[in-house]
This record gives sequence, C-alpha cells and structure tokens, in this order.
Amino acid sequence: MSVSETIVRWRYRFVPDHLVGEILSKNWIDNAIPLIFLMVVVTVFGSAIPDFFGAANIANLMRQWGEFSLLVLALTIVIVAGGIDLSVGSTFALGNIVALALLNVAEWSMPAVVAGTLAAGAFVGLINGVLVGYLRLRAFLTTLVTLIIVRAVVDMLLLNYSVKIAGSFIDSDEWYFLGEGSILGTPFSVVVTVSLAVILHLVLSRTRIGWHILAIGGSRRSAHNVGIPVRKVVCATYIVSGTLAALAGLLFASRLGGAGADTGIGLEITALTAAVVGGNSLGGGRGSAAKAIIGSITVMLMVNSLVRLGITSGANSLLLGLVLLLAVAIDVRWVKNRHKVLSNVYVSPTLAILPPAPATEAPSPYALNDGLNPVEQIGLNEIDGPEDVILDDDDHIYSGNRTGDIIKFFAPDYKKHEVYAHIGGRPLGMAFAHDGSLLVCVGGMGLYRVTKDREVEKVTDETNRSWFSVIDDSRLKLADDLDIAPDGRVFFSEATVRYEMHDWPVDCLESRGNGRIVCFDPNTGVTRTVMKNLLFPNGICMTHDSQSFLFAETWGCRISRYYFDGPKAGTVESVIPDLPGYPDNINRASDGTYWLALIGIRTPSLDLALKMPGFRKRMARRIAPDEWLYPNINSGCIVRFNEQGEILETLWDLGGENHPMITSMREHKGHLYIGGIFNNRIGRLKLEGADTNWTGPQSYRRQT
Amino acid sequence: MKFFGRVSQEQIVFGLAALLCIGFAITLQGFLTPNNILNLIRSVSILGILGVAMGLVVIGRGIDLSLVSVMAISIAWTLQLATDGMSLPLALALGLTFALIVGMTNGFLIAYIEIPPIFATLAMGTLIYGFGRYFFFGLDVMYMPDDAHILTWFGQGVLFGVPVPIFLFAGVCFGAFLFLRYTKYGRYLRAVGDNQLAARITGVPTRPIVVLQYMLSSLIGFIAGIVTAASVSSMNTRVANSTFIYDVILVVVLGGIGLSGGRGGIRNVIVGTLLIGVLLNGMTIMDIQYTVQNVIKGVILLTAIVIDTILNPRDEQTAQQGDI
Repeated sequence: MSVSETIVRWRYRFVPDHLVGEILSKNWIDNAIPLIFLMVVVTVFGSAIPDFFGAANIANLMRQWGEFSLLVLALTIVIVAGGIDLSVGSTFALGNIVALALLNVAEWSMPAVVAGTLAAGAFVGLINGVLVGYLRLRAFLTTLVTLIIVRAVVDMLLLNYSVKIAGSFIDSDEWYFLGEGSILGTPFSVVVTVSLAVILHLVLSRTRIGWHILAIGGSRRSAHNVGIPVRKVVCATYIVSGTLAALAGLLFASRLGGAGADTGIGLEITALTAAVVGGNSLGGGRGSAAKAIIGSITVMLMVNSLVRLGITSGANSLLLGLVLLLAVAIDVRWVKNRHKVLSNVYVSPTLAILPPAPATEAPSPYALNDGLNPVEQIGLNEIDGPEDVILDDDDHIYSGNRTGDIIKFFAPDYKKHEVYAHIGGRPLGMAFAHDGSLLVCVGGMGLYRVTKDREVEKVTDETNRSWFSVIDDSRLKLADDLDIAPDGRVFFSEATVRYEMHDWPVDCLESRGNGRIVCFDPNTGVTRTVMKNLLFPNGICMTHDSQSFLFAETWGCRISRYYFDGPKAGTVESVIPDLPGYPDNINRASDGTYWLALIGIRTPSLDLALKMPGFRKRMARRIAPDEWLYPNINSGCIVRFNEQGEILETLWDLGGENHPMITSMREHKGHLYIGGIFNNRIGRLKLEGADTNWTGPQSYRRQT
Repeated sequence: MKFFGRVSQEQIVFGLAALLCIGFAITLQGFLTPNNILNLIRSVSILGILGVAMGLVVIGRGIDLSLVSVMAISIAWTLQLATDGMSLPLALALGLTFALIVGMTNGFLIAYIEIPPIFATLAMGTLIYGFGRYFFFGLDVMYMPDDAHILTWFGQGVLFGVPVPIFLFAGVCFGAFLFLRYTKYGRYLRAVGDNQLAARITGVPTRPIVVLQYMLSSLIGFIAGIVTAASVSSMNTRVANSTFIYDVILVVVLGGIGLSGGRGGIRNVIVGTLLIGVLLNGMTIMDIQYTVQNVIKGVILLTAIVIDTILNPRDEQTAQQGDI
C-alpha cells in the first residue's frame, strides 16, 4: 500500500465528515450562532470593563435583565406566531404609570394594583389582537400606531398624576418586595422571568396551543386550512404580550418608584433586537423561550457595557442598529440557505475498497446460465414490489407491497389474492414466529407482528441510543430483514440509520457502514443493538447450530456469520468475503445449505468510484440526484452456498425476461418462490431433486 | 363595499379635506384667510415632499422608515461641515452623497440580502442616527452657519407672493409624476410593486429597481432636509427619534396609496398632504394639546390602515411569508 493511499485511508477513518450534515440537521443548531455571539460579547466586555464579573455588577444587571427579558419574551410569543408587537415599549411605560397611579393616587390594595396593571396591559394587547388577528391589519404598522397612541396616553397620565405620585410615600413591604426582594438570593424579577420562560418553553414545545402558535407562524394559510382558529390564536398572542409588558412595567415601578417621561422610550427597538439576536425568526414559525433568553442577555450586556464604558448615546443606537441589521440578515440567509447547505453536505462519502469481483464466466461458480428461464409468474402486474415472500404450512404465499399491505395469495394455483393485513410503511423481510404469527420488518416503522387473527401489533420501534451519535439513532429508520432464534429472540437488521426508506440507494454512495443489527428479546421486551457500523446489513438467516446467524452486507458484498451464543459468542466470521454482486436476503435451503439473492451485479465504474470518496462527494454536491452514479439494482441472480462459503449453484435470468430484479427467495416443497423490491410479480421455480416435503417453518420448528 | 367601489379612497379623502376646510372655516376664526392658507400649505410642504419619497417606495411595495433619519443626519452633517469652514456646495455634495449611500445600503439590504424592508429601514434609521451622533457631530441641534444663508431662501423666500417651499413641493411632485408616468424605470417600479415575481419573469431587473427606489427616497429626503433647515435656520436631529415618520406614512396611506404596492400615484400624496395639513392646522388653531393631537393622528392612521386593508386586501398568492 502506497503512502498516499495510507493517508487517504486514515483521513477517512478519523475525520468524521458525516457529522457536519448531522449537526446541521439538528434543531438546536439554530441556537448555536446566538450562543457563540453571547460568548463573544461576554469575553469582549468582560475583558474591557474592570469588575465586570463582580457580585454588585451582576446583581444590578440581573434585576434589570428580569424586566427587560419579560419584554423580550412578550415579543417572542408574538413573533413566533408570525406577527410583531412594537407597542411593548409603550405598554411597559403604561404598566409603570398605571401601577404607580393605582397605588399612590387610587390607593388600591396590592393584589388589586397587580391585577389592575396587568389588565391595562391585556387591554392594549386586546386592541392589537383584534386589529391584527381579526381585522388582519399589518402587524408592524398597527402596533407602531398603538405604540404612539399608548405613549400619548402615558404622557397624559403623567401630566395629571406625576406630582401626586412623587409626593406620596408607599408604606408596603409587599410592594417593595416586587422590585427589591429576593427569593433564595435571586432577585424577584429574575425568578418571575425564569419561571415564565420555563412555562413558555413548555407551552411552545409541549401543548396544543403552542403548536398552534408555531403552525400559524410557519404558514398562516396552511394553519387556517387544517382548522386552527388562526384569528383567535393570533389575538391571544397579543393579549399575552401586552400582559407581560405591563408586568415588566409593574416590576420596574416597584424598583424605581418614579414615573419619568422617558420610561420605555425606544425599548421596543432594544427588545426587538434582543429577540432577533437570540435567533427568533421574523415572520414566525421558528423561535423559543431559550432564544429569547439568550438574546436578552446578549443585548442587555452590550447596552449596559457601553454605558459603563462611558461612550456617548449615539454609539448605543449605532450599535443596536448594526446588531439588529446583522441579526436579521443572518436570520434571513440562514433560513433560506440552511436546507441547501444541508442537502449539499449531508451525503458524505467515505473510502470503501471492495475486494476484486470474481468472474461470471466459466469456470467460475458464478458462471452465467439461464436457470431462471422456466420461472412461472404469480400475480403478474397485481403486486407492486414484493421485497420478501414467505409461505405458511398451507402453502399460501404472503408478501409485502409498496403501499404497506401484506398480500396473501391462495394455494394451490395462486390466482386469487387478498389484503391479509394493512400495516403502512414499507413491509420488507418476514418470518413466522413459533406461535404462527407473522413478524414483519417495516421500513420507516420498525418491527411489527401480524397475529393469526390478522391483527397488526407493534413489536418494537426503538433501540438503545448510542452515546456519541449526533443523530438520534434510537428510532428504527429502515428495519430490513429478520430471523428468529430458537429461544424466540428476534434478530433484525437495520440497513442504515442516516437515510429514510426512499433514499436507500444513496447510502451506497457513502458506504460508511451506517447499518446495524438489533435484537429484540420477547422474554424481557428489551431491544438492544447487537452490532454497529455495518455496510447496509440486509438478509439474516439462522444457521443450523442454534448459536449463530448469517448476515449479508449489501454494499460490502460479503456474507458473515455472527455467534450470539455458545463458546464463540460475540465474534464475527467471514463466510463469503467477495461476492460479484450486492447480496440481499438469505434463506435456508432443503439440504442444509442457504439461498442468497443478489440484488444486482457490481460494476467496475462504481467499484472504482467507491475508492474515490472525493469524486463521489463532488458528484453529490454538484449534480442532481437523478444523475448520480448508483449501484446496479436491476439484474441479479440467486446463489446457493454452504456454511463454508462454497458456491454450489447459481441461477441467472439471461434475457431478463421472466425474473430480473431479485431481493428474496424461499424454498417450499420443492419450489423456489422469488420476490423483488422493484418487481411486479412473484416468481416460482421448480427445483430438480429437492425435497418436496421440506418447508421453512418446519425446518425451524425441528430445532426447538 | 359597493360605495367604496364607486368612490375611490382618494376622492373620499379629498371630500373629507374639503369638509374639514368648510367646517374649520365656519367655526375657526382666521382659518380661511389667504395668509393662513398659504401658511398651511407652506407648513405641510416638507411633509408633502417626504410623502412623495415615501409614496414612491410604497408604490414599489416597500417602506422607508429611515427617511426622516436620513433627512436629519445628512443635512446636519452638511451644516456641520459648512460651519467647520467647508464651502457650501462641497458640503451639500457630501451630505447628498451620504444620503445616497444610505439609500443604496437600504436597497441592497432589501433587494439582495432580502431583509424585509420594514426591518432594514427601521434598523437603518437607528443606525445612522447613532452613526451621525457618534462620528459627525455632538450636538442635538445644528445651526446654519452665517455664510450659508443663501440656503434660507429655499425655506423662507417668497416668489410671486407664494412661499418658495410650496414651489419646491410642486416641483418634487411634478418630477416624481413624470418619473412614474413617462420613464421606463418609473413603470418598472410600479410593476415591481404590483407583483415582483411576475416582473422578474418578464425580465424587469427587479433588484436594481428596488435599490433605485430607496436611493430616490433618500434623494428626495435630502431635498426635504434642505427646506427644513432653511425654514428654521437649523436642523434638530432629534426629529429622527420622533413620530414624524408616522405622519409621513399617514400622508401616504390616507392619500390612498395601498401598502401592498403597485397602486396610487403622486395625486394621492397631494390629497393626503392637504388633509393632514388642514387637520394639523386646525388642531393647532384650536390649541389642542400635543399629546392629544398624537392620539387623534394615531386613531386616524389606524382607521386609514383599516380602510386600506378592506379596500386593498392583501394578496395571499403574492404576499411573501414573513411579510408583516
């Protein structure tokens, strides 16, 4: 092996290319940029300002942050629903003056003051909500106008009451507790804000109304079409927003106790900047309480630090404007381009060197012949994509199809068929359990069981999560084939954890080994991953020793044997390391050997491409998926082999007339029944000299 | 709805303005004197000029919230430069360049980065106010230097017995009218405002047009700034933070230029300006408190937007997601 080849080998072994795409596909990546920005802000100002992290500074900042963050939360709720509420600044001022006026001038009791203030905020929100939600005005202009009107009202209130407010003294500990009290050393306003943020998070992520809000923000029209009461929900978001803004004003009033003309002026811009800097998308559908918190901390720190650095007020609005522009620009570009980048980098090919393909000419055991020529066709054009076929003791054929049904063909002539059960998903490999129920691997769903009473039950659809995988590999994406051990354990293969059913050939371009074999134990009900990092594990077949099974790795072109019991438990042996094609299902033959379906034959071009990951990467990025170099899955053959890996027999369909495209075959009473995932028929081939009484289920039953 | 169908909003507003005029003329002493009328028009001519700028942008389905900031900061900088001894033409040229650069930046952010216009210009207004305060001058109010008094003619001069700002207002209106009606780019602008995607498909260079529309608005804003500074011999940059910009929007929306773009023309701006002028003048004569005036203006603007929404329902097919 040359040096450069070694370097390439190590590069693809140790650089995890696939993680980029996987990280980009996570939802939390939306928070990454704001969080990094926050850290930058903390670092910059932390080093520029002495005593930045001092206890006094932090305590002072936190109290202010509590009030400010409430405004940002208020704005976030509205933004997530696709609107905007600029009136929060004025409502904040209104809350401030109303609270003070009620307390000092009207001399209400504390609870009444709180209720009255919140009601005032809710009323402003209601006006906004009716105008924007029900009358469908433009949120931005409408709330701008209410901003002006509420500000004018505040000014009028100030004219009338500010002298009285300044002149009276409040003798109420509860009142001062709002602004200056602490719970367990944490300022009261922070406690309020954090608990409201937690509630908001739970509402948005876990409740029906929260999902409605997100749906409306995502697409108002679609939300309306699916029956969400759009107008009511939008109106409600403004009411909540107004209430929260008034609450912030109340806390502010208690802390400072004075009503100034400039209270809350320009606050809406600051709050808007905070909401957007945190990563809430203008236009809705994307946003969370966590983002609001991150954004509010960032902006709060920036504004306060500038004041402490003694920079003039102009710099403040300059910075706010710049940050707002930058944040919106990043947000717009991010939303627009994220999926493009993702589709560019998600396919991440790696180095895969296959052993040389054996010849398919005589004297090779794989030599071409026309053994499949006499195949009879069952259900021609009546079945769409029978990936696997299986027969029961009464000779009926069962097979999955593309639309998620299990179809039953009736013996003896197989002219009639019925939908035996409807599962959904994509039924693939099948096996009969000892109690006679049919276990089915369903692509996109997991492992399912059809009982003898034709009831569909889920057996398992998740396994243990790997510690360090980025994508959630606990769900079963593409359960492929299964077999049942004598003690009832079900071993099944999951072809790939990175692609959905409809993208399965793309996994070949990666050839990383994204597949695994999973075991479901019916005695404990536990599902555990047995083997990982397999190259598209596909067919599984129990050997006759009750301690091991054979499994095929499609893109690896090899058959291996895994011992799950006995002295060699946990080890893997190679059985056939170099197949001329891509192996699919393996099943038992009547004489103790095994049948293997080759879904397609390797091509020199793809073999070469597999050695050139850079080439495949460029291909995946630059040209449309339709033009990619895919493995040949159109014409294959059937191979019989024994446990030593010797090829005993090969059956081809030379002209591709009767049964090209093979993914599975079952021997049953002297006949071989053949299925193909892209085929429109089930094939039936009479086997010369085979045991005409042998059936698969019997063979398994003898063992137990 | 039928009633609105037959009578355009422009006519309604004009009728309203006339009614108000009659009402004020009967009830208010000294309203219907030639002096007051000229004064009225003179006082709203700046608002009208800005209304033309905003009108052009709104016809192109945008909005320019940075208009007043551009006006204040570019002129204030000009005055600062002139005070520092620079020759007036050069100072004016620099101020104009600054305004155009801001307009171009607005257009670039909106057309190429695809930031919603409302946010781009809102942030831009805040940004350039801070920029001016930090880099250009330290005071809130910039006074006109002595050697720049030629400029004051634009604000305080009288031609044929009519104040010069009124001529300027008329000139800007006429220029914008010619632009919209008779030039290729004016028609493109309307096409882009009516349906951007369709305009793009037919081969209109939509992005450069959007940039052009914001540069035009900055240019007209600069002219309005000259008139403002000339009228009072100073420029108060605090106007950038005031609610003046909403008066401008009020003019445009009241006049009947739909916010969904593509509709309306310069006539609508003139009608809107007249109504607002009459209203403001009347309220001032009646000595209504400033804050109450704000409430009244706000309620009128809200009503105008409601009527606008009913008359020009937003087209769900061409409305962009996130178009708020």
